Amino acid sequence: MNNTDLKTQLIADFKTAEGRMNGEAKSAVHQIRQQALERFDKLGFPTIRHEEWKYSNVKNLVNQAFEFNAVTNFSAEDLAEMPIPNLEGNILYFINGIYNAELSTIVSPDSELQIMTFAEAAKNHADLVEQYFNKYTDYQDNAFTALNTAFAQNGVFVHVPDNKVVEQPIIIRFINDARTLNVASQPRNLIVVGKRSEVQIAEAFRTIGDNASFTNAVTEFVVAEEANVHYYKVQNESDKAYHVGTTSVLQAGKSVFTANTVTANGGFVRNNLNIKIDGEYAEANMFGLYIPNGKQHVDNHTAVDHAKPNSNSNELYKGILKGKSTGVFNGKIFVREDAQKTNAFQSCKNVLLSEDASMNTKPQLEIWADDVKCSHGTTTGQLNDDALFYMQARGISKDTARALLTLAFAQDVIDKFEITSIKEYLQELITEKIYQD
Amino acid sequence: MLKISNLQAKIGDKEILKGLNLEVKAGEVHAIMGPNGAGKSTLASVLAGRETYEVTGGSVEFDGKDLLELAPEERAAEGVFLAFQYPVEIPGVSTTNFLKTAVNEIRKYRGEEAMDAVQFLKMFKEKMKIVNIDQSLLNRALNEGFSGGEKKRNEIFQMAVLNPKLAILDETDSGLDIDALRIVAEGVNKLKSPDNATIVITHYQRLLDFIVPDFVHVLYKGRIVKSGTKDLALELEERGYDWIKEELGETV
Ligand SMILES: Nc1ncnc2c1ncn2[C@@H]1O[C@H](COP(=O)(O)OP(=O)(O)OP(=O)(O)O)[C@@H](O)[C@H]1O
Ligand SMILES: [Mg+2]
Repeated sequence: MNNTDLKTQLIADFKTAEGRMNGEAKSAVHQIRQQALERFDKLGFPTIRHEEWKYSNVKNLVNQAFEFNAVTNFSAEDLAEMPIPNLEGNILYFINGIYNAELSTIVSPDSELQIMTFAEAAKNHADLVEQYFNKYTDYQDNAFTALNTAFAQNGVFVHVPDNKVVEQPIIIRFINDARTLNVASQPRNLIVVGKRSEVQIAEAFRTIGDNASFTNAVTEFVVAEEANVHYYKVQNESDKAYHVGTTSVLQAGKSVFTANTVTANGGFVRNNLNIKIDGEYAEANMFGLYIPNGKQHVDNHTAVDHAKPNSNSNELYKGILKGKSTGVFNGKIFVREDAQKTNAFQSCKNVLLSEDASMNTKPQLEIWADDVKCSHGTTTGQLNDDALFYMQARGISKDTARALLTLAFAQDVIDKFEITSIKEYLQELITEKIYQD
Repeated sequence: MLKISNLQAKIGDKEILKGLNLEVKAGEVHAIMGPNGAGKSTLASVLAGRETYEVTGGSVEFDGKDLLELAPEERAAEGVFLAFQYPVEIPGVSTTNFLKTAVNEIRKYRGEEAMDAVQFLKMFKEKMKIVNIDQSLLNRALNEGFSGGEKKRNEIFQMAVLNPKLAILDETDSGLDIDALRIVAEGVNKLKSPDNATIVITHYQRLLDFIVPDFVHVLYKGRIVKSGTKDLALELEERGYDWIKEELGETV
């Protein structure tokens, strides 16, 4: 199958799905889907000639066939094989993109939040969805986002009304079951957080099985005035998994949004994080950690757009690269003409644990305002030889010394996780990966 | 215990140790003095196994074993300890965690059972008294942001915990205030036994008032050029190194 084939297949799938729709085909949401499909048709999958995809080649992805939303017999027993211990809160499961009500639990009262599948929301709360859906996410230049938008169906819709502190976190586990064939899923999540409300949301991606997996995820956040949102994205997919994900955030004044993106494992990973600060005295935090090994590839593209004055953004990404892995970090900071008194800090630090690993970093600052404080710095180096020798001289083997130093390097990003179960899960994943060859 | 014969080592193209001989027996304290750049820290690093130095000749026997054959961590497990002239900052790893790892890796090497948290707590408490070190320091990332004196004291605390057969103290006295110097020296003395030995590298006679050496050696241009008793240290303090250079036939 070549590039055009996967595209053709998807466009045909779209028409089939549309043919099965009743009234929904006329809804506003579906109009957006149609426009997005047209756009996807025009754009096609990106090649490395595309500026934003220069170091991330999706050729191998688009040359494979995938079954979208494949039916699976994934069971509670299968889930027991891949536990996140001590999970508490609202736990939602999507298997191959399809919501599994049986495995899921929702504990927060209706008064605190409304949570439902995207499909259900599009059907039963069309007004709410229309109000927010795709308002900020831009699919014009991104074929994957266009594709996801065209098929927007699976995923969650979360609505936190004004003045609610949601006690229990929302943890969404996306599991692609690739035990019998190549599978693909396109989760689409929309999270709307009301004024002065607080919520913690984690997305955890996993795969099971030896076939290829493709996840094309889009998550949108609409964060109202003075709201405080913690968002965690945890990726632990197989070496044969392709993951392209975009998280778009629209922040109003005095809101705080904190994103933690951790890639523990995955064959090919591209994460886009786009934050638009559209109000004064808001704060955006972006933290990330990635630890590819073997032939894995992890690409993080972040963009923070300061549209209004007096807001802060703060970014720290850390990479640990082993084997023949490759990493990309592209961090854009825009400070619009109006956005005086902006503080924007960006840092990306990488450790190459092997001579064959490589990292490509590119900070991109575009500043049109004059009274701003911006700084950025990227480093890529090896573990400190003096430190390694010091540890060995105390009886610690070289491997253990390397692991201890590497773990210490990663620790501050792990420590930023405030959902205990997820933090402990990550701590274990990262530690294990560090000790692996 | 330690027999260094005709040891030669270089870094890059630069020869630093040029045929060094030294023998240390159990129960002894040896002081090594010598001008800046003579090769004292190089000797310490070579004994500890630093790979950046290439040993080009000679041999080092430690307790009947060929020390140069062993990896740094194996030397540590065999009982060699180096208190660094410049202790390295290890961000993100606390002293206690670091030492727990070190102790248990050494015990594993020796075929001994791992120590548990309770045993560590008890042992650390005992050893902390020896060098009068504060718990809060041990909870912090190792050496990170430590003052010069705190780093040195921490080195001796580590020595107390690891209880080595051969301790090499590379200018442990530098950076210590007078009270700390006494405490650290007393600590070293408390750790002394008929079964272990100490090599003290220093520029100052002052330390040797506290840690009294059995032998004093002068290391110059990569060799031990003179050896004597503690009186030699007094003489060096008074006269400097010129007379030694003259004895070697150098014009000063
Ligand atoms: N990495 C290196 N590269 C080049 N030269 C080095 C290196 N390390 C040490 N040397 C040189 O080797 C010589 C011996 O250094 P060493 O540190 O052993 O001296 P020292 O006797 O400990 O001096 P001090 O009393 O100042 O501590 C010096 O001339 C030093 O510059
Ligand atoms: Mg020195």
